[in-house]
Amino acid sequence: MRVGESTYVVQKKVYMEAVATIAGSYEGKGSLHQYIDSIIEDDMWGCKTHEMAEIKMQKTNIQHCLDKAAITQHDLDCIVGGDLINQIVPTSFSAREFEVPFMGLYNACATFGESLIVASNLINNDMNKVIAITSSHFATAERQYRYPLELGTQPTPVSQMTVTGSGCVLLTDKPCDKPYISQYTVGKIVDLKCSDVNNMGAAMAPAAFDTINAHLQATDTTPKDYDMIITGDLGRFGRETLHYLLSQEGIEADNLNDCGSIVYSKDQKAGQGGSGAGCCSLVFCSYFYPMLCSRQLRKILFVPTGALLSKDSPLQGESIPAIAHAVTIQID
Amino acid sequence: MIDSKQYQEYVHQNAQKSNEWLTLTLAFVIGGIICMIGQGFSDLYAYLFPKWEQKDVATLTSITMIFLGSFFTGLGWYDKLGAYAGAGTIIPITGFANSVVSPAIEFRKEGIVFGTMAKMFLVAGPIIVSGVGVSVAVGIIYYIIGLF
Repeated sequence: MRVGESTYVVQKKVYMEAVATIAGSYEGKGSLHQYIDSIIEDDMWGCKTHEMAEIKMQKTNIQHCLDKAAITQHDLDCIVGGDLINQIVPTSFSAREFEVPFMGLYNACATFGESLIVASNLINNDMNKVIAITSSHFATAERQYRYPLELGTQPTPVSQMTVTGSGCVLLTDKPCDKPYISQYTVGKIVDLKCSDVNNMGAAMAPAAFDTINAHLQATDTTPKDYDMIITGDLGRFGRETLHYLLSQEGIEADNLNDCGSIVYSKDQKAGQGGSGAGCCSLVFCSYFYPMLCSRQLRKILFVPTGALLSKDSPLQGESIPAIAHAVTIQID
Repeated sequence: MIDSKQYQEYVHQNAQKSNEWLTLTLAFVIGGIICMIGQGFSDLYAYLFPKWEQKDVATLTSITMIFLGSFFTGLGWYDKLGAYAGAGTIIPITGFANSVVSPAIEFRKEGIVFGTMAKMFLVAGPIIVSGVGVSVAVGIIYYIIGLF
């Protein structure tokens, strides 16, 4: 049911029955290491290429999620998800391993938000069980967007590090004592003409602001109505910028958190924090989902953010368009 | 919402900037050490092969440094040093070796012809093109000056 320009209330509650997470070795040494299901020791994970390792990560994660819910792939109605790599190869190729209908999505690092929204709609249209999954891998993203791994480059202080990891959630219409999706806002593309490809936080913060503002207005809520507002991968600078943008509009939000800012520990060298399509899915599924289940958090606004550039678009003089989708997740 | 000009200004003023003194010092020290190693090899070769001309000693020194740059790139050490040294590891000839060997390793997965060979000069290409271009231009200027 539409309640705002692009905000909807989910008619039939969409429950998050089970989650599974997997992360790379560097993320496994980060601040969330005790919450992650499996940590891979080496980023190749016995595969010939890093892309194959990312495919294996997704495949293993989906299977792990199915095992946790004690169902098989034949009980699934659809897999939705994506990643950062050209033609979303890791997601499509991992879906190849399952005999399940598949929809590949791309919204860069906001893909997990997009996946949750698409899955909610599928479930409200007679599907029963849908997997939403995203992943990213430092090495596959680095070679696609930046430089070869062994090139001696120096990261800028505002840059972020692509997270090696994946988060997977099994969504269902079957009522259970688990968090559920109640509302969502489909974000618009916002572009304030940022062109520094190293400063993704600055490019994405206005999109997060725009979507959060729209969601709060449409649902007639304030930040205080949520236990936490969790953005995707703005990083520390992006989170401060979002706070500034909100306060400029008179919205005081002291409960902002950001998946990218917390995925690595402070002494790890990761610039402003983590990024990547797998960043917010990994952090949400490993850290915030259990907090919701144990009712430490009862209602959150989850806002994955994405920068929709390619390697070539900045070279062609384009600025960086960004997007954010908001999803209200709560538990009774 | 804030307009894009004001926003750019906000980002420019508030985004964390590099600590110039630290990065310059590290680049100077680490780049300097690499050059000292090169000078050490040059002196060593001049001592070992006293009959050689200076330009042959310089060639062998360059070959040695290119080998070392490539070797440490292969071991996965050069990029770690580069993260601290910045231009200090890019400017010396070892950095040039690193810029050729790193894509050669990275794109080996797409095969020897379409991977390694096709993409070996992905990073070093602009250096080679500008190097050749400038040397042609300098050659022409030199020739014209020589006419008078």
